[in-house]
Amino acid sequence: MLYRETGQFKTTYTEDMAILPIRQDRIALGILLGIAFIGVPLLATFHIRPFGSDYLLWAILLPFLVLALAAIGTNLLVGYCGQISLGSGAFMAIGAYSAYKLGTGVHIPLAWLGFAISMPPLPVLASILLGGLAAAGVGILFGIPSLRIKGLYLAVATLAAQFFFDWVFLRVPWFTNYAPSGSVNAPELNFFGMVVRTPVERYLLCLTFVTVIAVLAKNLVRGNLGRQWMAIRDMDIAAELIGIRPLYAKLTAFAVSSFIIGVAGALWAFVYLGSWEPLAFSIDRSLELLFMVIIGGLGSIMGSFVGAAFILIVPIMLNLIPTELGVPLSTETITHLEFIIFGSLICYLLIKEPHGFARLISIGKEKLRLWPFPY
Amino acid sequence: MIALGQFLEVLIGGLMSGVLYSLVALGYVLIFKASGVFNFAQGAMVLLAGLALVRSLDLVVANGLPLWVAIVLGIGFAAVIMAIAAWLIERFVIGPLVNQDALTLFMSTIGVTFVLEGAAEMIFGSDVYPLRLFPTDAWFVFEGLFPGGILINKLDVWGALIASTLVAGLAIFFQWTRIGRALRAVADDHLAAQSVGIPISWIWFVVWLVAGLVALVAATVWGTKLGVQFSITFLALKALPVLIIGGLTSIPGAIAGGLIVGAGEKISEVFLGPSIGGGIEYWFAYVLALAVLLVRPQGLFGERIIERI
Repeated sequence: MLYRETGQFKTTYTEDMAILPIRQDRIALGILLGIAFIGVPLLATFHIRPFGSDYLLWAILLPFLVLALAAIGTNLLVGYCGQISLGSGAFMAIGAYSAYKLGTGVHIPLAWLGFAISMPPLPVLASILLGGLAAAGVGILFGIPSLRIKGLYLAVATLAAQFFFDWVFLRVPWFTNYAPSGSVNAPELNFFGMVVRTPVERYLLCLTFVTVIAVLAKNLVRGNLGRQWMAIRDMDIAAELIGIRPLYAKLTAFAVSSFIIGVAGALWAFVYLGSWEPLAFSIDRSLELLFMVIIGGLGSIMGSFVGAAFILIVPIMLNLIPTELGVPLSTETITHLEFIIFGSLICYLLIKEPHGFARLISIGKEKLRLWPFPY
Repeated sequence: MIALGQFLEVLIGGLMSGVLYSLVALGYVLIFKASGVFNFAQGAMVLLAGLALVRSLDLVVANGLPLWVAIVLGIGFAAVIMAIAAWLIERFVIGPLVNQDALTLFMSTIGVTFVLEGAAEMIFGSDVYPLRLFPTDAWFVFEGLFPGGILINKLDVWGALIASTLVAGLAIFFQWTRIGRALRAVADDHLAAQSVGIPISWIWFVVWLVAGLVALVAATVWGTKLGVQFSITFLALKALPVLIIGGLTSIPGAIAGGLIVGAGEKISEVFLGPSIGGGIEYWFAYVLALAVLLVRPQGLFGERIIERI
């Protein structure tokens, strides 16, 4: 009764093509953004429950935002363009380390030429965005094989990116500024004179990035490029026959997706971790992102958020429940139980709803429109 | 100048370790051929089989029974465990997901991986368990030809013997037995196979069982080399490029791919590694697979992929 578009007449094409054509959706999104941008920071500043401590911000909201961003990037490639990638973790790493190098000043000694290329440290915003661009460049490079291979073969090919860059950042000391332990610290987060330090500020920073990129991504997939990607996903030969260039479509998908993942990687390193090691971007991260995308719903921007929340929160819950209930279990057993439950949950979800939460949500919306008279 | 003796030693060592990769890759090929599922859980199955074997072995030996009884009992027990796992997987995961697209099936096997790893470690423990089924000392051969001779690990020879027996056995199984023929029929076309009366869920159970037994064989060799431990699952990931190089649908391809990867990574590590920082074994196989894919998208021995609209 509340959720129905009856009586909302659209008189212009612009209205008809709006991202959210139903008024209730717009109101809901407005409220959500209001809570996220104003409500949460206010509560957190005054330490009102559930924000009594910084735990909720630090351990849940911040990683959720960054991983949701990375999941959007992965979804553009896997969900919209149909190119399975197991190398998302590597692209996060590329974003993080490029941003780190640019933010601390690049120095390339060219001993055999007798001079060195030096760059002063760039501002943080520039280095994060350029880090994304660097990831996009590498993404295009590793996207080239997708022109010849597809499906699971491509998945294994992208594993090459994952393992190669794991190794590069571990073994090439130049990337870590010759830090003896291999662990590096992010530069100060100075945005045009404003220094981001407290959890609330970090949260707002990530939220801004996520909101802007999510809107851009949503518009991208509604437009020409997104339609080309979807055509390639649905059947690449047929898409080619109707005049879509696979080279252009696939490589742009790799570039845009890697850019977003790279930015997410830079945020993960700079804003969330602060100091990190190459292990932060291992194959597990790639699998996690793929899970988020599939559980959330392939080809759905909103699904990326839901998937990220699910994959992030379930392990935390599984960890908390035994302690809350006071069940005496060793930490080892809990870890193993967590593995088992998480794995079975994923299998269960895939069997019950192979199209992910996004499909569940749209079914729910449809039900809501007809409620209370489902005739 | 690289000494010929050293080169041969590295080459042989590499080929032998390649055989071990092939052992894992075989399991993937079996399942992919028969059900089109790219089974990420093969590594976890190796871990489960290894843990079941080594723990039951220890238990039987601790009760004072002779070693051969322990080995028979242990292998029997592990085989039963693998059969149970195969039945559960077919019944609860792969069966309900029939006709879903390849990506969904692939992700579900990752879910299975989590479950198997968690269950295996919870039931059998999560330490490093040494397994001593095969001799691990070394031989020196051709001592007359090269100074110091060439070092060959006895375990590697055992591994090669086992792998070739296994391949021969699988070939006979696939070519000559009734179930083998049914398996090949299912691999060709699920629907057609069903319509001539082949019970598809039974066939899939058999396939997962065979893959589980292959995992058990792989676990005996890997476990003797490294001890049965969690990191075995990561080594199993290396079977993926092996598979890609050989071709996803070819059993000889899995063997050839394993040999190429094993020899290639050892040779490049020893002769190329020092100049670029070492540790290139970590990614060599994957980059090699990438290069092979660019030239031959279906792998060296894979069936040509023909697409129609």
